Amino acid sequence: MWLWFHKLASPPHAYRLLGKMAPWFGWPALAMMLLATWWGLVKAPADYQQGDAFRILYVHAPSAWMSMFIYVVMAVAAAVGLIWRIKLAHAAAAAAAPIGASFTFLALATGSIWGKPMWGTWWVWDARLTSELILLFLYLGYMALRSSFDDPQRADRASAVLAIVGVINVPIIHYSVEWWTTLHQPASVTKLDKPSIAMEMLYPLFIMIVGFQLYFGWAISRRLRGEILRRERNASWLKEGG
Amino acid sequence: MSRAATTAAARLVFRRDLTLAWRRWDEVAQPLIFYVVVTTLFPLATTPDLSQLRVISGGVVWVAALLASLLALESLFRSDVEDGTMEQWVLSGQPLGWLLLAKVASHWVLTGLPLVIMAPVVGTALGLPFDAWGALIASLLLGTATLSILGGIGAALTVGVRRGSVLLSLLVLPLAMPLLIFGSRAVGMAMDGDSPVGPLQLLAAIFFLTLSLGPLAMSAAIRISVEN
Repeated sequence: MWLWFHKLASPPHAYRLLGKMAPWFGWPALAMMLLATWWGLVKAPADYQQGDAFRILYVHAPSAWMSMFIYVVMAVAAAVGLIWRIKLAHAAAAAAAPIGASFTFLALATGSIWGKPMWGTWWVWDARLTSELILLFLYLGYMALRSSFDDPQRADRASAVLAIVGVINVPIIHYSVEWWTTLHQPASVTKLDKPSIAMEMLYPLFIMIVGFQLYFGWAISRRLRGEILRRERNASWLKEGG
Repeated sequence: MSRAATTAAARLVFRRDLTLAWRRWDEVAQPLIFYVVVTTLFPLATTPDLSQLRVISGGVVWVAALLASLLALESLFRSDVEDGTMEQWVLSGQPLGWLLLAKVASHWVLTGLPLVIMAPVVGTALGLPFDAWGALIASLLLGTATLSILGGIGAALTVGVRRGSVLLSLLVLPLAMPLLIFGSRAVGMAMDGDSPVGPLQLLAAIFFLTLSLGPLAMSAAIRISVEN
């Protein structure tokens, strides 16, 4: 068990393993995303209030979910790297951040596009949108801190501290923003707040979430390989054609 | 190391920083002047009408206080890291978190506290009613203290970085947003004649959370910055 674990943390081994794993994530992800897209756009019934506009939900909700999921993954990887001094975990956190930031941006963009027909404006200071926006700032701060160090080890450890501080703050930010909006606007815009969504609308959503998760697995495998190559560019195992 | 020694060391750090600041008091005054200047911008940019300014006065005072204390935080650890004092602290065997907390406390006395004292004056100039003074002072006391610790974490992380000040704001401002929400809300509720106790208690909760976990993060960050 421990041998397996230590092997996992060695860059050459991880590099090869990730290379093998990536297609096992990539192809199912593509298949499930295509299936969910078809199901969500064609087969699922139109919403009786929102018509066809609600269908952007199939991109918006999974991206919002992924944006928070990846932040937690990143913080856990950073903590593992900081506590057990595993460089590969730091590399994984570094590889996850841009993916998470992209999903956050996607959630914001789709939320804004969805807001146009629903609320009549591109942007509403809605609790969810606002906390997504702050999450985007957290991602950007993390990446800015990481890129401002020349020494990669220092960048790893400093940004790990930031990621952990951030992940403690995410729930506080989330609930404070929720409290802030409920005080200012009575629950009139919570039309999108779903719960009573029909089951046949929900299946494609689940498939899309699983597809997005698999996509994340594929993307982080690829990015982590790149990160390993960049960090180990002078190592001998690379020259041996490992 | 005994507890008495730690307290003595922390007290020494606290007093040393106050003495240093006293000898260069013009630098201490800068954030305060910045604070007043920023709040002057808002009436110029919007309207001189006090009844309209009153609506945003609590928020303006809070935003200006956030920006002014961030401005001062940038240099919090820099000179100590550059001249090697910080390395001595790391090696001293005293719990680093306590020493850093003492340093942050003295920093708060020098920048946070003047902002809190100045806030009612600035607020009144923006049409803030007298009834809201209590909420304004209480919320800013808790808020600036929390911000000093949060900013201390940010300053410890960015101490060895080029152009650290912009980066510091980028890191700390998102984390400080709950403070802004609760703080300006407490002022707003007091202005409307409601009891501001709810948001103030939430601010206090965030303050104690930050006070208990912040020194750990600060000392971890300082160790990373000093080690190489």
